[in-house]
Amino acid sequence: MAVIRDVMPAFELFQPTSIEDAQAVLNRYGAEAWVLAGGLDSLDWLKDRIKRPQAVVDLGGIAALRGIREREGGLEIGAMTTLTEVVRHPVIRERYSILLEAAEAAASPQIRNQGTVGGNVSQDTRCWYYRAGWPCYRAGGNICYADTPEAINREHAILGADRCVAVNPSDTAPALIVLDAQMVVRTAAGDERIVNAEDYFVGPAIDITRMTILEPGDLLTAIRLPATWAAAQFYFEKVRDRQVWDFALVSVASAMQTTGSTIDRIRIAVNGVAARPLRLLAVEAIVQGRPRNESTAVVAANLAIDGAQPLRFNAYKVPLMRNLVKRAIRGVEATTWTS
Amino acid sequence: MDILTWGRNPWDQPILTHISWDLLWASLFAGLAFLVAHASYMVFSAHRKRHAAETDAMEAARGDLPERIRRHSLAARLFHWVMAAAMFVLLFTAFLPIAGIRFPWVMWHWMAGLVLTGSILFHVLHATVWLDFWSIWVGPRDLPELKAEVLRELGHEVPGPRPGKYPLGNRLYHLAIVVVALAVVVSGLFMMVRIRTPFFTRNPYLFGDSTWGLTYVTHGLAGVALVGLVIAHVYFAVRPEKWWITKSMIFGWITRRQYLEHHDPDRWAISPASHERT
Repeated sequence: MAVIRDVMPAFELFQPTSIEDAQAVLNRYGAEAWVLAGGLDSLDWLKDRIKRPQAVVDLGGIAALRGIREREGGLEIGAMTTLTEVVRHPVIRERYSILLEAAEAAASPQIRNQGTVGGNVSQDTRCWYYRAGWPCYRAGGNICYADTPEAINREHAILGADRCVAVNPSDTAPALIVLDAQMVVRTAAGDERIVNAEDYFVGPAIDITRMTILEPGDLLTAIRLPATWAAAQFYFEKVRDRQVWDFALVSVASAMQTTGSTIDRIRIAVNGVAARPLRLLAVEAIVQGRPRNESTAVVAANLAIDGAQPLRFNAYKVPLMRNLVKRAIRGVEATTWTS
Repeated sequence: MDILTWGRNPWDQPILTHISWDLLWASLFAGLAFLVAHASYMVFSAHRKRHAAETDAMEAARGDLPERIRRHSLAARLFHWVMAAAMFVLLFTAFLPIAGIRFPWVMWHWMAGLVLTGSILFHVLHATVWLDFWSIWVGPRDLPELKAEVLRELGHEVPGPRPGKYPLGNRLYHLAIVVVALAVVVSGLFMMVRIRTPFFTRNPYLFGDSTWGLTYVTHGLAGVALVGLVIAHVYFAVRPEKWWITKSMIFGWITRRQYLEHHDPDRWAISPASHERT
């Protein structure tokens, strides 16, 4: 880990009160601008002096980016809404409880008071080689230090690696994917772009220097939850080293609709195993129409880990992911299973 | 504009990482600028062409030659078009993502690189064993031809030597492509050792940081040079006065008249039976 030096490099701080003003600054500074949401990821980068933006645009003063509103039978959550507000919202508690669980698992209460849902889904990876400022692929260099013979890569990817083996750290991301959420992005040109949650995240094969589709000047303004999966049967589980607070080693989220014991429809996603949260489409296809029982869960779990390529220290993630998928398919009863 | 990008390795030593992608735009600009300059020159200048009557007389005198003269064998043409396809895939997969068009490009890139490598190996073998190996190369003996060609392009009547099988421009282009393609292929094959492929066990430490940096810079410089070279090549391939050469790369032959008009029969001798080594 880089040494925190406490004194940040100088930058111009902008605190706009409207989205238009924020984007005017972002467009003016381009790739030299830094978007500050809750600041929990940002301040690490800035104090470690790894990122040295010329301008920091603090979105905290933009009222339009805050709050949770009902919209077309679902909800629209402003990107700057705190995780605490998400956790406490009655409609989310009643109809989208998986997002509540994910947001609650993301951080301690103090951090949830400050951290935003937009920041949680847009945060950068926790790969310490990258965050230490080494010139890895993700930082624009030509090597992945975490994928070398002696690398310490216990938390890194087992799926979808393409030169870079970093993983996405967001807890709310898999929950939003299974809720079929839509991300509202305002582009640098001022246009509104609606993107499915699963397409909001990008892996290194597409863009090795970013975790999301956001280009310089783009802003995530809101997240829309449709009614499609409201009040479905949800399952969320996050496995971490310290149960009090930590980033996920592997997390799983699923939303399921059943008739009797038959699975009619399902969406399932995992995170912590690849550079982007993965929706398990093959698993969804194979369990649809099958009884919700152990044998279906086993088939799904084995399919989920197909193609996994563990690194030196993270082979444990393969059985961990398999078991989490198994439990997600089988439901809460499965938490008593042993693998 | 930066030319190279640098980083610091874990020992805090400065290391090269790759070229600046500004060079891509520079190469693109250079290629297009050449295109515009040459096209303007061709429109406004009085470059000299052999008179039709002169060619008529030559054709009448060489009635023993076949109507169609084989210029490229099927194998040579297949190599050319496979290499061209691989080259376009390589350039698009390398530079479209840099231009902002994002897609999973790495696998397509190294697969096209392997096709290019295989086609070059085939070409070297084919040219060495079955073709007139030296007919494509340039050397000091070509200086009189260079002088004559330049003067003709400037509109002068000069008696100097005419090209053998390949015009001087072709040979110079081939030389440039040989240098650049070998650089890009050799550096690219080494770079494949750093990524996951079915062929090698990954070894990021095959070279030290500095050597890797030079490898990436070599690959990048050769890659952006290819952008300009390919633009020039495509431009000449579609120019009306060069179309007969392009057609010969498709169909394999040129007419007796084209042969006599553009080539020196003493430097590219055709047997009347047209079973010449091509």
